[in-house]
Amino acid sequence: MSSLTATPWEAAGRPARAAVNDFTLSIATVNGTGSASANALFVRAVFRMGVPVSGKNLLPSNIQGMPTWYEVRISGTGHTARTAERHVVAAMNAQTLAQDVAAVAPGGYVLYDSTAPLPSMPLRDDVTFLGVPLGHLVAETFEDPRQRVLLRNVGYVGALAALLEVDPETVAALLEERFDGRPALRQANERAFELGYDHAEALFDCPLPFHVAPLHATTGKVLLDGNTAVALGCLYAGATVAAWYPITPATSVMDHFTELCTRYRRAAEPEPDAAAAAAPTTAAAPTTVAAPTGGTDEPSAPRGNYLILQAEDELAAIGMAVGAGWNGARAFTATSGPGLSLMGEMLGLAYYAEIPVVVVDVQRSGPSTGMPTRTQQADLVEAAYASHGDTKHLLLFPADPHECFDFAVTAFDCAERCQTPVLLLTDFDIGMNDWLVPELAWDDAYRPDRGRVLSAADLAGMEQYLRYSDRDADGVAARTLPGADSKGAYFTRGSGHDRLGAYTEDPDRYREVVDHLAAKHTAAAGRLPPPIVEHRAGARAGVIAFGSTDAAAREAVERMAARGMPMDYLRVRSFPFQPAVREFLDGHDRCVVVEQNRDGQLRALLSTETGAAIDRLGSVRCYGGLPPTVEEIVDGITAELGS
Amino acid sequence: MPSIAKPLVPRAPLPRNALGLTVRDYEGPMSTLCAGCGHDSTTAALVQALWQSSIEPHRVVKLSGIGCSSKTPTYFLRGAHGFNSVHGRMVPIATGANAANRDLLYLGISGDGDALSIGLGHLCHGIRRNVRLVHLIENNGVYGLTKGQFSPGADRGSASPRGERNDLSPIDPMLLGLSLGATFLARGFSADKVHLVPLLEAAFAHRGFALIDVISPCVQFNNHVGSTKSYAATRAREVQVTDLLAPIAPAAGPPLAGTVPDGGVLDVPMAGGGELRFRSVPPGYDPTDRTSVAVHLAEHAGRGEVPTGLLFVDESVPDVHERHRSTQQPLNDVPFEQLCPGAGTLDAIQAAYR
Repeated sequence: MSSLTATPWEAAGRPARAAVNDFTLSIATVNGTGSASANALFVRAVFRMGVPVSGKNLLPSNIQGMPTWYEVRISGTGHTARTAERHVVAAMNAQTLAQDVAAVAPGGYVLYDSTAPLPSMPLRDDVTFLGVPLGHLVAETFEDPRQRVLLRNVGYVGALAALLEVDPETVAALLEERFDGRPALRQANERAFELGYDHAEALFDCPLPFHVAPLHATTGKVLLDGNTAVALGCLYAGATVAAWYPITPATSVMDHFTELCTRYRRAAEPEPDAAAAAAPTTAAAPTTVAAPTGGTDEPSAPRGNYLILQAEDELAAIGMAVGAGWNGARAFTATSGPGLSLMGEMLGLAYYAEIPVVVVDVQRSGPSTGMPTRTQQADLVEAAYASHGDTKHLLLFPADPHECFDFAVTAFDCAERCQTPVLLLTDFDIGMNDWLVPELAWDDAYRPDRGRVLSAADLAGMEQYLRYSDRDADGVAARTLPGADSKGAYFTRGSGHDRLGAYTEDPDRYREVVDHLAAKHTAAAGRLPPPIVEHRAGARAGVIAFGSTDAAAREAVERMAARGMPMDYLRVRSFPFQPAVREFLDGHDRCVVVEQNRDGQLRALLSTETGAAIDRLGSVRCYGGLPPTVEEIVDGITAELGS
Repeated sequence: MPSIAKPLVPRAPLPRNALGLTVRDYEGPMSTLCAGCGHDSTTAALVQALWQSSIEPHRVVKLSGIGCSSKTPTYFLRGAHGFNSVHGRMVPIATGANAANRDLLYLGISGDGDALSIGLGHLCHGIRRNVRLVHLIENNGVYGLTKGQFSPGADRGSASPRGERNDLSPIDPMLLGLSLGATFLARGFSADKVHLVPLLEAAFAHRGFALIDVISPCVQFNNHVGSTKSYAATRAREVQVTDLLAPIAPAAGPPLAGTVPDGGVLDVPMAGGGELRFRSVPPGYDPTDRTSVAVHLAEHAGRGEVPTGLLFVDESVPDVHERHRSTQQPLNDVPFEQLCPGAGTLDAIQAAYR
């Protein structure tokens, strides 16, 4: 085959398949060229047509010039996990063209830019090549070189829209929203879209067998990334102090939180400053400890009910969050694996001294620097036991951005109620990709659970206050905040202490406190999100997953049930594990744990913490750094169960 | 920290401050540091300064890292919350605590190992942020709790009790602070309470990060002949550069800011009202001019001297809250209703995700 003429797959005698609203599209581009916003435009248009869609970024850790892919799954049945087959490929990066052509399933299609002759590559006669001279069209129409690069991307969106029957009116509406008030930009984008759309329509038999047809299946849903959802959760939970150090892929948590605070956290107090009115540190003269007054470059800039500190490193970021949590603010930090490693010592302090703090860990591929823009669930064991000594933490495992929002709020409530760190474990896949999830919901009746904190009035009525005495049924003792009353003063320490808060090296008095901490950790399980369990009639085995693995694992279990192999499914949503997890393990002769790390960390943690025999737990581990596909999980479970 | 309850010895009625409190109300339990430790004298100066300043004990937060110095917050102001954190990380903890409630006085006690070695990065960035924190370095040139290793405060050529010489350059927190944009730099000597107390009082009144380097000899591991941080060596090397009167209330006379050509009395107005009154500064010395101070300190260092006094002050720099324009109310006290935008807003926000 030497020409690039279309070879329709029907003509090749391959069986037709129902391909309306059920196919995958891979868009290969060069990073830093603006393709991300073009891809978002495409996905959002499909979403607006009421068709379930998800997009996953397979990014290089690079700013500009390296290959990048965007994988889109269109699924009328609402499945959003990655799958193995590529039905349509938009091969817009000459560097990776051969690789992209090789990846297309037989019977699939390759859209490419036919401006320049293709480099030599093995051509396939089982796929259809669709050439559109996008580069040429864009160069002809637009003058500015940078604009040509950007608009070529909108050009391929146009071609894809024609080929896949994406409604051009919907795209036009999206462009109008995005470029509201910037008519020149809007018109340029519309023009670029039309170039691709009109040429594809004229050249090819549109639509392809793989195409989109309007549905009403995205009503009540949003396309949202996890980092935005976490930031929204922190805003709604009432977090006022955030400290962080830039790290991929957690940075956008704080970027979004900053944007949200700037907009929604204006302080109500009147200007100009009434600095001295803020409660002075001293009482009446002779000497006044001055409260700081204005003096900023913009004395009239509005004040905000938040303070976001970009720290010098993760050691400082967690230290600031711990200091603020200790002093009664809802405080958090966001990081990824390398940062979590640095935060270990301070997490141990917060655990032992019983200080609330929330840590968001957007996991990436380790070890060490690893692959910063690739996903993994490999911080699990470190997070569970972060720090030296006998230390255990509370962990939350959202499976998607919707749960990121809800669990962020849960994290603050649990941290303050249990007076301990809570780690929210998401990952690159959840954090940096747009997921199709139910709209976030907020109950205006919600009030934060600030836990047991004694006010000045509470203290006034007490004979004596001792920090770690008087534990409640959850093993939590009341704390006090500086500034309330001298009676509440105590010494917070990471060194050995007894239930009175005093320094000790006495074996019994030391043990009493650390035993209380273990009991408190166990009791906290009841306040954390319970596992989600799905039973199927005739199931012999169970499948267990957590976090972002859920979508692919659940679909794998569905597919296997459809093939006559029903299995029960459990999704772990928190640590320590609740009794329901142990019951599920006990209720099956064989369970298979599916997770995204090399060492089977959830499997090990389940066995260690519940006592379940590890040889009864099979293991499917997808740890190449890309979100797992349904097929690799099906294959893995099948291999583990031996049938 | 191990501590021993302090026996209350009856005495003649003690004088009371503006709050009606005696100096006893600013004390803590007995120290378990070595007899003669410089840190205990620093503690005594703190007690005196806090009492004289009439600061309400419960409006103070005491913070420290790890080390002999970091034990000292136990030994004063029992009516204040204390936080003995982890080695070198006092400044981040203090920064976060201050973020949560800007209205309290944050008093951090650190050592030269804690602040200048493991925690040096945090010290630098705390200075740059101008967090409102009084940061003492109890500087003895040695790691005491681990029994006598040289610390970054040790001078080049200073000898250990076994005769080993330190061949590394010391980190001078005053020169370092000048280069980082510090807004309050002072050095004192734990054995000179008369001059240390006004430095502390001025630091309490400063609107940003107040760094006080207190030469505070270690009697166990660094008080021998050959040490440059012993009591004797410090007495011999100390040069009182400026002599500070406690900060004075407003309207005590027109301020005389700027260089005093022939030396003498100088007033520096404070951002929060009042002035810092220097009884004397040397000719040509302007404690508000970074360059002139740097030159002076370098000259002293070149002569092997230990310059003390309030060396530099800049009241014009906003603290971290003012730079970020955070609310004047303590953040830990803002009602939830003012923090949560509510369901209607969430719905509006989500329009962008449909």
